[in-house]
Amino acid sequence: MTERKQRILPTVQKPARYTGGEWGEVKKQKEDVRVRVAFCFPDTYEIGMSNLGMRILYGVMNNMEGVWCERVFAPWGDMEQAMRENALPLWALESQEPVKDFDMIAFTIGYEMAYSNILNMLSLAGVPLHAADRKGLKNMVFAGGVCAFNPEPLADFVDFFSLGEGEDITVEIVSLYDRAKAEGWSKEAFLREAAKIPGVYVPSFYRHEYNEDGTLAAIVPLDGAPEKVTKRIVEDLDSAYFPTNMIVPSTEIVHDRANLEVFRGCIRGCRFCQAGFSCRPVRKKSPEVLCRQAVETMTASGNNEITISSLSTSDYRGLPELMDKLLPYCKENKINLSVPSLRADNFSRELMEKLQTGGRKSSLTFAPEAGTQRLRDVINKNLTEAEILTTCANAFSGGWNSVKLYFMLGLPTETDEDVLGIAELVYKVIQTWKEQAVNKKRGLRVHVATAYFVPKPHTPFQWERQITLQEYLRRCHLLKSHFYSKSIEYDYHAPDLSRLEAVFARGDRRLGPVIEQAVKNGARLDGWDEYFDYGKWQDAFRTCGVDEDFYTVRGYGEDEVLPWDTIDVGVSKKFLRLERKRAYEGKVTPDCRHGCAGCGAERLLEEVSCDA
Amino acid sequence: MPRALFEKTGSAVYISHLDLMRLFQRAFKRAGLPLTHTQGFNPRPSVSIALPLSLGVESGCELLDFDLETDGFSFDEIRDRLNAALVAGVRVLSVYDGGRKIKELAYLDCVVTMEYDAGVPHEAAEQMEALFSRENVVVEKKGKNGVTEQNVIPMIRSLTVAEGEGSLELSARVCCQNPTLNPMLLGAAVNKYLPELAPDFMKCRRVEIYDTKETIFR
Ligand code: SF4
Repeated sequence: MTERKQRILPTVQKPARYTGGEWGEVKKQKEDVRVRVAFCFPDTYEIGMSNLGMRILYGVMNNMEGVWCERVFAPWGDMEQAMRENALPLWALESQEPVKDFDMIAFTIGYEMAYSNILNMLSLAGVPLHAADRKGLKNMVFAGGVCAFNPEPLADFVDFFSLGEGEDITVEIVSLYDRAKAEGWSKEAFLREAAKIPGVYVPSFYRHEYNEDGTLAAIVPLDGAPEKVTKRIVEDLDSAYFPTNMIVPSTEIVHDRANLEVFRGCIRGCRFCQAGFSCRPVRKKSPEVLCRQAVETMTASGNNEITISSLSTSDYRGLPELMDKLLPYCKENKINLSVPSLRADNFSRELMEKLQTGGRKSSLTFAPEAGTQRLRDVINKNLTEAEILTTCANAFSGGWNSVKLYFMLGLPTETDEDVLGIAELVYKVIQTWKEQAVNKKRGLRVHVATAYFVPKPHTPFQWERQITLQEYLRRCHLLKSHFYSKSIEYDYHAPDLSRLEAVFARGDRRLGPVIEQAVKNGARLDGWDEYFDYGKWQDAFRTCGVDEDFYTVRGYGEDEVLPWDTIDVGVSKKFLRLERKRAYEGKVTPDCRHGCAGCGAERLLEEVSCDA
Repeated sequence: MPRALFEKTGSAVYISHLDLMRLFQRAFKRAGLPLTHTQGFNPRPSVSIALPLSLGVESGCELLDFDLETDGFSFDEIRDRLNAALVAGVRVLSVYDGGRKIKELAYLDCVVTMEYDAGVPHEAAEQMEALFSRENVVVEKKGKNGVTEQNVIPMIRSLTVAEGEGSLELSARVCCQNPTLNPMLLGAAVNKYLPELAPDFMKCRRVEIYDTKETIFR
C-alpha cells in the first residue's frame, strides 16, 4: 500500500518541492550521525533554494563529522491543507523524516514578513511554539539572518539567536550541542554555555521592563548574561567556506543559478539601508579565488547561469580583473553571466555592453530613491541627476529603450516638492530619449516604482517615524497625477505590507502574542499576494491590544531604550546619531573610499583593517 | 543522432517534462559530455524527450535524443557518465544510434494500479473488464483548450485486469500518438462509470512502447 505522503504528492501543485533528491543534496547514514539539524527556510522551496546564505550554512554544517543538516521549507497552501487533513507532520527533504525528531531546528530569517511562516512551520512540525514549553535539548530552536539584528518579536519562540555571518559561529554552536547531548546536559545548562559563544544571544537571559507610556524602561541582563552581544564576521573571505558543490534543484526556483559573492559590507552608507550598515565592515574576495570558485561551481553543478552578488558590485575593486578572467570562460562554456547592482559609471557601461553580446538588451535600472538632489543628500544616496541622464543618453543612443527607476516615498524631511521631483526626473529621462534614441519607432518604456519607506534598526533612520498609510497613498496619487506620458508605467507598493514590516522591524517582545494570534487567524505566506491578508493581522493587533502606530508613525526618541540595544552590529550608535544629524542638515557623508567616516565597524576586525 | 533509453521512477516522477529537459542538459554538463546547441538568438543545448510523461507517472521506457559535439565517447561510456551525473530515479538503461523516427511510435503498454485499503471489492476485476468492452466510455480530458470529452474505447488495443494484494492492476495497450490516450484516464473512467469501485489511490506506470506493427520501438 502506498503511504500517505506518496498519496498526497500527486494531488498538490509542484510536488517536486517536497521530495528532495536533487543533485548535490547531502545524505548521511543515520548511525554515523550524532546531531541532526533541520535547517528551515521560512518561505517556499523556490525562494529558499535561491538563498546563498542557506547554501553556505548547509555546506558548513554538513562538513562537520557526525552532523547531518537537512532542508525544510514552508509548504504551499494546498500542501499544508493536505498535511493537516492527514495529520502528516512537516518533514525534512533529505531523509523525509519529521522535523520533530531532529535535535536542532534552525531558521534563517531575511525579512520580517516570514515571521508567520516560522510559527506555522513549528506548528506543522508538531513542535511546541514557545521556547519555554520545549523542555529538553531536543528541538532546540535557533535563528540567524538579518532579522536577528532585532530578534525581540520572536523572543518567545526562539531559544537563541546567532548574530552575523554564520560560517564560524554555526560550527561552534553545533559542536557545543554535540557535547551537551553526549554529556546529557539540561537545556538551561546548554543555553548558559551557548551564551558564552560570541555572537550568541539568548533572549530568555534578558528582562525587558516598560515605562507607563509603553516605551522600554530598561533591558536587564540576568545571571551575568553579557550586556551587549556583538555580531560575528568572517575576516578572511578568501579562506572562508564556499559551497562550490551546490544543490541543483530539479524543479524551477526563483533564481536558478550559481552565485558569486565578491565582497561583504558596503562603502556607501545610504542612510535608510539596513544591509549597508549591518553588514559592515567591508571585506573582499580576491579575483583569483572567485574565478576558481566560479569554475568549480559551474563544473560541479552543470549550471549555465552565474550571477555576481553583493550590495554594490561596481564598488568591488577587483571587478575589471574578475571580468577579464570570467568573460572568456563564460563565453567559451556558453554560460550566462549577470552582473546586477552596477552603478552608472563608465566601466559599468562598457561592461554592460559586453554582457549584452547577442541577445536582447535588458533594461537599465536606477534606484535614485528620492526625486530631488536635496532629498538624495538627506538620505546620502550619491547618485546625481547628471549621472542618470548621461547614462541614459549613452544607453538610448546605443539602442536601449527601457528604463526602470526605483524610489521611496515617506523619507525623512520629504515634501511634496520632492515627490514631484520624481515626475520631473522621469520627464528629463523621456526628454533625453527623444534627443538621443536611434530607433524611436520602438518607443520608450519607463517603469517607475515607489516603495513605502520603512525605518530599520541599526541605520541612521532607526528613530524616524513612518508616515501614515493615508499620507503615503496621498503622495502616490499626487505623483501619479503628474505622470502624463504614455511611456510611463507607475507601480506603487501596497502599503499594508510595508506598515507591518515597519512594526516588526522595530518591534519588541509584546509583538510575540500578535504573531501567534495572527497565525491562529490563518496568517502565513505573507510575502505572497495570494495569501497576504492584512485583516488577519489587524485582528491580531486588536485581540492583543497592541497599537501598530506605536511602532510606526510614533517614531522613537533618541534617548529611548531601543529593543535592539542589546545587539551590536559593529556600527556604533554614536555614529548613527551623527549621521542622522547630518541628514537633517542635508550634509552628505562621502563613501568610505574618500576616507573612513569612523562608523565603528572596524573594531570587529582583528587581523586586517576595513577594506573599503 | 544518438538516443538514450531511460527510466523515471521513485520521487523523480514529480519532475515535469520541462524540468527534466533542463535536468538532462545539466547532467550532460556535469558528465563532461558537451551537447551541441541550437542555432539562433538564444542557443539551447539540443536534447529532446519523446512523449511527455504526465507528472506522477513512472516509466521504464523513456527516450531522449541528443547530439554531442564530439564522437569521442562510446555509447556505454556516455551511459555510465550520465548515470553518475543524474539524480536518483532517473537512470539511463542504454545509449544507441540509429533509433527509429519518433513519429513511427504508435502504442504503449501501461499499468494502472488501484489500491483498496479495505480490500478489493467483489468481482471488481470482471466489472472493469466489462466496462472497457463497451463501445463508448466517455471521460473528460483537460487540454490546452479547456475540458473536452473523449471516448477512450477506440484507443485501447487490449486491456486486462488482475487482482493483487489489496489492489487491482489494470494493464492496457493504448494509442500514444495521434491520438493519444493518457492512461490515467482509464482510472478516471472507472471513477466515473463504476463509482463503487473508485480506489483509494491510483498510480500509473508506462511499461513499453511499440510501433504500428506492435513491435517494440527503440
Ligand atoms: S570602518 Fe570606516 S571604512 Fe569601514 S565601513 Fe566603517 S566608515 Fe567605512
